[in-house]
Amino acid sequence: MTEGPGLGELLRDLTPQVLGILVRRGADFAAAEDAVQEALIEALEHWPADRPETWPTSPRGWLVTVAGRKLIDAQRSAYARERRELRVHLEPEPGPSEQADDTLLLLSRCCHPALTPASAIALTLRAVGGLTTAQIAQAFLVPEPTMAQRISRAKRTVSGERFDRPGEVGAVLRVLYLIFNEGFSGTVDLAEEAIRLTRQLAGATDDPEVDGLLALMLLHHARRRARRTSTGVVVPLAEQDRSLWDTAMISEGVAVLQAALARDALGEYQAQAAIAALHDDAASAEETDWPQVLEWYDELLRLAPSPVVALNRAVAVGEVDGPLAGLRQVEGLPADLPRRDAVAAWLHERAGDRAEAARLYRLAAERASNVAERDHLTRQASRLHAGG
Amino acid sequence: MAKYLLLKHYRGDHAIAKDDLAPMDQWTPEEVTAHIAFMRLVADELRERGEFVDEQALSPEGTFVRYDGEGRPPVTDGPFAETKDLIAGWMVIDVDSQERAYEAAARLSSAPGPGGRPIHEWIEVRPFYGEPPVVTE
Repeated sequence: MTEGPGLGELLRDLTPQVLGILVRRGADFAAAEDAVQEALIEALEHWPADRPETWPTSPRGWLVTVAGRKLIDAQRSAYARERRELRVHLEPEPGPSEQADDTLLLLSRCCHPALTPASAIALTLRAVGGLTTAQIAQAFLVPEPTMAQRISRAKRTVSGERFDRPGEVGAVLRVLYLIFNEGFSGTVDLAEEAIRLTRQLAGATDDPEVDGLLALMLLHHARRRARRTSTGVVVPLAEQDRSLWDTAMISEGVAVLQAALARDALGEYQAQAAIAALHDDAASAEETDWPQVLEWYDELLRLAPSPVVALNRAVAVGEVDGPLAGLRQVEGLPADLPRRDAVAAWLHERAGDRAEAARLYRLAAERASNVAERDHLTRQASRLHAGG
Repeated sequence: MAKYLLLKHYRGDHAIAKDDLAPMDQWTPEEVTAHIAFMRLVADELRERGEFVDEQALSPEGTFVRYDGEGRPPVTDGPFAETKDLIAGWMVIDVDSQERAYEAAARLSSAPGPGGRPIHEWIEVRPFYGEPPVVTE
């Protein structure tokens, strides 16, 4: 047939752009979102999916015009005066140079600090990702009306204020990273969705941290096939079958990271991506360049100090300076830190104290926050108990 | 962004409530109606906030069942309505934090009883296991 994106893909890519244009021109967020949805329905009715040559020459312009008209229709009765102003606002069609601002503007709005993380995630997936409410509800395993409520509450929260400048990129990156970490559940792969959105943002902005996050996601996602067995059992990094890693994705991640690092504005996502790259780069677990991993953890701890980073750093210390040195790092960390017992167990086993390791693995299993991790830790404890 | 199970317990002796409450069938019809309306209201509030997942009420009569070997009928025992700690029903919510889960449970526990006073019932809050995060190292 023909090259280029399919109709569904094209519309999904255009949705945030069209919405961004309307919002930047002063339209109310919730009303603009409804108008864009109506325009999409009209496009689906009028553009034959199998005959791209009949589609408008500027699909985006078409959608902006139709959505703008819908917006005006919706407001006609209530806001007769505003209507004329809006019509002026919506003409003429914006040039391509404004697209970058629109993408960031729209993401900033969906990741507004006034929203809870759950609301920001839902709104981002809906308004920028173009997922249906049903798909988002399924991904988070909640009823569709619940997700619909969450989204409309989020829209109401951000609706009141004028919004003509993008907010802080950091807030957007945090939400995208949360979406990525939700991983796979339901029919939508949220990790892939997060990569798609981050890629869009990276294309539209000029911030090495955006590239750092994109690299980090690619470098982690490249290992997804090795992360679980066919029955869903978690496989730790050191035991993964590295032939299952996606080498093309790793190369892309490394290239994106190197370009970002070359710009000499280091941030936490770049540092995390650098650590992921060192893991991806090793042909076997034994060949991991732990001294360099440790250096990057030092850097990360300086950029974004947190007990979680300190705990991960303790693992690297254990590899470089020995398990007892690693344990000394763990000792200073809060007792209720997730995975602290698991890391301590692993270091004790390395140090030869199998009984203490078994006890800590059992404790860690009891405190695990997901079934896969609990089963893995229980298996570790029982392996030591059985003398394996 | 985590799911919690809120378990509503009841016991024959009502020791689970702060005060020594009379069983519900000894409340006035108005008090029973007010109590049920409140439970519905709380569920609606949670729906409106985008936090409601599911709820079900359970019959007080439970039976214990056990495998008794190949080809033999299962062993049953009970019910134990008079003596055992029973679960009256459950609700699942999906909220941003543990604090918010506790807040929702406390709201449920403030349901009105005799004289319209809160019954201060204990609600057990149990987190669901989530999905493992993608990034762990």
